[in-house]
Amino acid sequence: MQSSQTPPRANLAGWLCVSPLVAVLVPFFVAPILVVLAASFFATDGFGGLTPGFTLSNYIEVLHSALTLKLYLATIKFTVLTWIFTLIIGFFVAYFLVFHVRNQLLAIGLFLLCTVPFWTSNIIRMISWIPLLGKEGLINQALLATGAIHQPLEVLLFSDLAVVIAYVHQLTIFMIVPIFNSMARIDKKLIEAAIDAGASRFDIMRLIVVPMSKSGIALGTIFVVSIVMGDFFVVKVMSGGGSASVVSAFYEDVGVLQYPTAAASAVLLTLVLVAVVSLILRTVDIRQEITR
Amino acid sequence: MTIERGDIELAGVCKSFDGVTNVVDGVNLKIADGAYCCFIGPSGCGKTTILRMIAGHEDPTAGEIVIGGQNVVGLAPVQRRTAMMFQSYALFPHLTVRDNIAFALRVRGLSKADRLRAADAMIEKVRLTSFADRLPAQLSGGQQQRVALARAAITEPRVLLLDEPLSALDEQLRVQMRQELRRMQQELGITFIHVTHTQLEAIALADLVVVMEQGRIKQAGRARDVYAHPHDRYVAEFMGGQNVLSGRVEKVNGASFVLAQAAPGGIEVPLQARAKISVGDTVDIAVRRDDVTLVRPGQALPAGCSTSLPSRVLAIEYQGYFVKVMLDAVPDDEFVAYVPEKTFFADPLNVGDVVLATWTTDRARPLA
Repeated sequence: MQSSQTPPRANLAGWLCVSPLVAVLVPFFVAPILVVLAASFFATDGFGGLTPGFTLSNYIEVLHSALTLKLYLATIKFTVLTWIFTLIIGFFVAYFLVFHVRNQLLAIGLFLLCTVPFWTSNIIRMISWIPLLGKEGLINQALLATGAIHQPLEVLLFSDLAVVIAYVHQLTIFMIVPIFNSMARIDKKLIEAAIDAGASRFDIMRLIVVPMSKSGIALGTIFVVSIVMGDFFVVKVMSGGGSASVVSAFYEDVGVLQYPTAAASAVLLTLVLVAVVSLILRTVDIRQEITR
Repeated sequence: MTIERGDIELAGVCKSFDGVTNVVDGVNLKIADGAYCCFIGPSGCGKTTILRMIAGHEDPTAGEIVIGGQNVVGLAPVQRRTAMMFQSYALFPHLTVRDNIAFALRVRGLSKADRLRAADAMIEKVRLTSFADRLPAQLSGGQQQRVALARAAITEPRVLLLDEPLSALDEQLRVQMRQELRRMQQELGITFIHVTHTQLEAIALADLVVVMEQGRIKQAGRARDVYAHPHDRYVAEFMGGQNVLSGRVEKVNGASFVLAQAAPGGIEVPLQARAKISVGDTVDIAVRRDDVTLVRPGQALPAGCSTSLPSRVLAIEYQGYFVKVMLDAVPDDEFVAYVPEKTFFADPLNVGDVVLATWTTDRARPLA
């Protein structure tokens, strides 16, 4: 309605405004996706050579493989566990920062502390788990010293537990930030009004804070879910090669020059992610967070 | 349900946020059960802090707050049986009108059916039935205000505290909602404490008007007492409607004294029993603006007028039922006459005209 009345000059200005984003997204996002999509329908000679054409055999192969289901289940397990822990930790850290730290400077300082893990590279961060969780690591040594165990715990490092620990450590900040953001917008008068009505702390959290942080929780969930589902590095390093994820499987495919199957897996994963994200967006009106 | 008494007594209540300055400084006040009390004062005078201390959202640094015979300092709002209506209402934006109103019952553990029944009854009382399923953002300011009122009243508190409840509304709606507040107060029969910075609102609503300045009570009394008989210069100027004049006492004779003025004869003011006034004191006096009569020079003064101040008309404002005439009658203070419209237009004045400002002698009052 309005666009038909908008003079062409304003239209042009609008296009100019979005053009930098378009200039970045088209060559670096849209084009690669189209390439992968095209490759997933190509045939291969088995040595990395692609034969242009249209075949569904790659998809059939991926969907028929029992491994695919196993990989998805493993990935979903990591995703759900990571999501639960990052959500719980992220929610309470944000809650503490917003509602219990009265001094705003202190709150900002503590907030910055949450970003400390990001001051070093992912690889260093991962390696640094070894002295903590390893067979002769701090935790095992401490437990042995107290006599709680007699054999070092093997499960701490190079296991699914280690993978989840690493993910939670790495991704909690992605929960804290959006939840903090939506909590900080809650008018403190609402909390007072709830107290006035006789609400307990738990009631306030349940009936006021959680519903009003929904969009932040949804945003954080999207970050965490898409990062975990699209990751292979953490799984590979922290499980010591014992576990795999969807991405690590098609990373292997690429390694043995099976480009079309890898592309088909990638397209499949993208579809799954799109479905998950749209499900989240359907439950929570995230626009509220962005436009407010 | 037994209705508990909602009389309030503040005894030596102080509040300091920084430990140095008292925002509320030794306030003593008694508010009768079922009274409509208005705290009025400029922003930063401590009136909202007093309200929040009565509500239990702030603890006094010193002093006692007694509600219905019980010292409530340290008790939670629920235990005090008070309810607060917040400035800008603080409605829960994610809950419908019905859920907002039922909130207090929900956290008290009432069953869904019970609380919705009670909420619907209250919704009817504030005439919002057709809006029960809307979110606060979909309501007008006046409707939001009614939701806030209903939400506060649903717990059957013995005291309802209102923090500038009408400040977010436009003028017409404000007058309308003012009546609604008064009606609700009478219907509920509980104590209302209302904080405002609008004089008209306070005197229109309150049984007890409390004028505050810098954390202290300047005057507390019935609306008419505070408006017509302000205690001192501050109250007179803050409540408005008064001309405040200052001068040195020239002579004291029996029932009256005379304030020296540039004009011959000075200003004669009746002595009041409590006032101890002697020659040479500097005294403030007040004359109501609607008691001032303007007489053209040469005309006879009306009966009972012993003082006349020759002055020039500085400005004229038409106010509808009266005309506001600003004069330069006294050197340092503003001097205004409210002339009834009919009187004014019988012989209209112009800016620059010279007139005599006069009033019946017994209408002048010395201030503390």
